[in-house]
Amino acid sequence: MTSAEGESARRLRIPLDEHTVMSLRAGDRVLLSGVLYAARDAAHRKMVEALRGGGRLPLDLHGQVIYYVGPTPAPPGRAVGAAGPTTSGRMDPYTPPLLQQGLRGMVGKGPRGPQVQEAMCRAHAVYFVVTGGAGALLARHIVEATVVAYPELGTEALRRLVVDDMPALVAVDAHGGNLFASGPQAFAAGSGSGVVA
Amino acid sequence: MREISAERISSVVASLFGKACCSLAPDVEAALRAARDKERSETGRQVLDDLIANAEVAAAESLPLCQDTGLAVVFADVGQEVCLVGGSWEEAIQSGVRTAYTQRLLRMSCVSDPAGARVNTKDNTPAVIHYRLVPGDRVRLVALAKGAGAENKSVLAMLEPSRGRSGVVATVVEAVSAGGASACPPLIVGVGIGGNFELAPLLAKRALLRPLGSHHHEPRLGELEDELEQACNRLGIGPMGLGGEVTVLDVFVEEAPCHIASLPVAVNIQCHSQRHREVWV
Repeated sequence: MTSAEGESARRLRIPLDEHTVMSLRAGDRVLLSGVLYAARDAAHRKMVEALRGGGRLPLDLHGQVIYYVGPTPAPPGRAVGAAGPTTSGRMDPYTPPLLQQGLRGMVGKGPRGPQVQEAMCRAHAVYFVVTGGAGALLARHIVEATVVAYPELGTEALRRLVVDDMPALVAVDAHGGNLFASGPQAFAAGSGSGVVA
Repeated sequence: MREISAERISSVVASLFGKACCSLAPDVEAALRAARDKERSETGRQVLDDLIANAEVAAAESLPLCQDTGLAVVFADVGQEVCLVGGSWEEAIQSGVRTAYTQRLLRMSCVSDPAGARVNTKDNTPAVIHYRLVPGDRVRLVALAKGAGAENKSVLAMLEPSRGRSGVVATVVEAVSAGGASACPPLIVGVGIGGNFELAPLLAKRALLRPLGSHHHEPRLGELEDELEQACNRLGIGPMGLGGEVTVLDVFVEEAPCHIASLPVAVNIQCHSQRHREVWV
């Protein structure tokens, strides 16, 4: 994924519009440029608690994409340290309310639950994956990082990241396509494997 | 008695975590390259290429391999003829962990009040330490930076003895099937069979420390390791769960005798990068 900078990868600018999201299909290779908001467990909990309490989010989520990441501290001269994806499934309980606020995409690793997939179809949103454990490699594509909310959370603070050509793969699209179902099916024993995805 | 200073233990522990977090152990890198040659999924091969390239970038730029630099786990096998001077074992090891995480720009991923406020301890301590008294005048220290993505998918099952060997196989395959895709595959799987409620998971964790490609010295368990590896790789989960033939890099089994009424099975899931280092002092 991260190394797939070939001609087949499509360049996307973030924020994303609905038309662009609807044109994406599971399995598409993309290069992400623009703004990603870094948020993981604690920031999600705070955002959803704010919504439940009738409050407002610290940012306008319309058209935005959240990257599930908590980077290591930045060495001098760098925006971030290692900055790969964390497990997306932990953010599943918080995701439908954020999709209702206009969230257009997410970047992480690992499968999403059925309720999130259904909510994504309704909200016309997309889920990208980047290679888990490739934190040093992915950090090369992050050129700026600014804490925009919850600074007390340290690595879990809400950050605005500026990314440049970050290679990703569409894993779950807005039409029900899901690479975590179709990919393993092609290779599971008894599936007549021999299909090269 | 041989005297070893607490300061020396601290500095060795700090150095081990620095190395473990920022560079792949040689057996892990070799296993990822072998997996790259074996994998037939194009997406899977690209993931493995990324991981090999990531190790090169991390080394060149002195960055951690992964942003999750783990909860720190230390195994200390302390020779009975060793006398620690100038401090306690506990503080010597915790201080080494504190130094590594604060000075080498690793991530602080430890929170207190886990079911409540979840307040970061800000120096990644306390580490989880497993001591063992052994014969001799040396100390073996192993540092394991254990990320939570894989740890969260680990399982302890208190089986009834009637489940037998096939129950063990089913427990391991079910754990990998249910959680493997989220745990950064291709995985390394540590299996602890027997003991009791606390020993089985410890056996599973110690199993993860074996060199990749090795087999249990007891043929009966070596065969079980092969069977488990093949069963996991038939799941088709593949690198990062996107489909492929290499779901696990290796499966290691350790066992201990258990109660006549029990068959504990622990499955400790480890990500592809298995960040650990060991040294004899």
